[in-house]
Amino acid sequence: MRLVLLVAQKDLLIERRSRVLLWQVAPFGLMTLVLCGLAVGPNASTQAKLAPGLFYIVMTLVALLVINRTSQLESSRGTATSVQILGIDPGAVFLGKGLAMFIQLSIVGTALLAGTTVLLHVPLHAAILTLPVLLLATATLSLAGVLYGRIAASSANAGTLLPALALPAFAPVLIAGERAFSSLITSGPLARWVWLLGVALGAYACVGLLLYGALEES
Amino acid sequence: MTVASLCDVVVTTGSFPLLSGVNLTLESGMTYLITGPNGAGKTSLLRLLAGLEVPSRGSGAVLGFDICSTERRELRRHVGWLGHETSFYSDLSPTENLLFAARTTGADADFIPSALERVGLAHRAKVPLKSLSAGQQRRVSLAWLLVRRPQLWLLDEPFASLDDEGRDLISQLITAAQSSGATVVLTSHGALPAETNASSIVMVGGRIVESAS
Repeated sequence: MRLVLLVAQKDLLIERRSRVLLWQVAPFGLMTLVLCGLAVGPNASTQAKLAPGLFYIVMTLVALLVINRTSQLESSRGTATSVQILGIDPGAVFLGKGLAMFIQLSIVGTALLAGTTVLLHVPLHAAILTLPVLLLATATLSLAGVLYGRIAASSANAGTLLPALALPAFAPVLIAGERAFSSLITSGPLARWVWLLGVALGAYACVGLLLYGALEES
Repeated sequence: MTVASLCDVVVTTGSFPLLSGVNLTLESGMTYLITGPNGAGKTSLLRLLAGLEVPSRGSGAVLGFDICSTERRELRRHVGWLGHETSFYSDLSPTENLLFAARTTGADADFIPSALERVGLAHRAKVPLKSLSAGQQRRVSLAWLLVRRPQLWLLDEPFASLDDEGRDLISQLITAAQSSGATVVLTSHGALPAETNASSIVMVGGRIVESAS
């Protein structure tokens, strides 16, 4: 657990220094959200109906940026070797990077949710109630992101390979998150989508803990 | 005492052999200089000794760890590495980088200020690594060696991109490592300072063609 926190602390410190999240990722997400609002048109009920899907699409795009950024931290051969030589337990690296990514995505996700509520006329109670679901979806995206970021990082074309690899893996999270958000707006069934997110989180945690070391070595 | 022994080790990348049938024994407290033309396999041999390469054939052990098994990861914690492109996290300062390395490996972080002073970086200890020159960044890696105090020093082109002062510093550190009983293995294209007193290993085409101890 101590190693997990050290890895997460290091990634967050790097983010605090570079301010990529604040000056690049968050503005990109908010601008995309505004464009989505303009594309849907001024009808408030249509905006509210489409808001969950648009929100999760924007979250996915933002997640891809954060994943790409995080996986690039150790992409140079020199840095990769320096970190490899420390011999840190790969499970701790996987969970630590996942924790740091979860914190970053949660901050941006909460800001985007507030933006969605204002711009796309989502009922306030639905936005507040969807927050725990968003955190669950964000945790799943983070673990999947660390895993797929690591796979893509070993390629010379990591920036373009990552979306192609990660988007299919994100599909269950997107669908379950969007359905849960819609259910909160329309008072539809919620439990099955939360359950799906929980299963996806557990699956990615297990796969990551098993495979991350092998991916580091490859 | 034997620090490393390699028996008919082959390392490949794809179908291209980096090392072919390497047999080598390194003794404790000795200093070895690996020379050879570009592409001879000098860096690959160092990476193999550091547990950073996986043999596709042969067997070997370094510091008692089997380099053909997952013990490689544990081996890495016991060697000191200075690559010719060595760099830690560019957004973190030398102190923050060394603190992260010390905390994750269990090394004594109290040595960090004195190590940075020894390599001449005390005044740059809190600026981001990316604002340091290539030579200064290599000194951060040297400072890590001083904090870690490894039994086996693996130095890849240690004199590259260093000024005269930096070269003197490396020579002093190698001498200090020798007198502390550590084993030092380094690669170099040029001649070493006379006081280094190293045994020569010559490589060509991924093979050791001459080894004088």
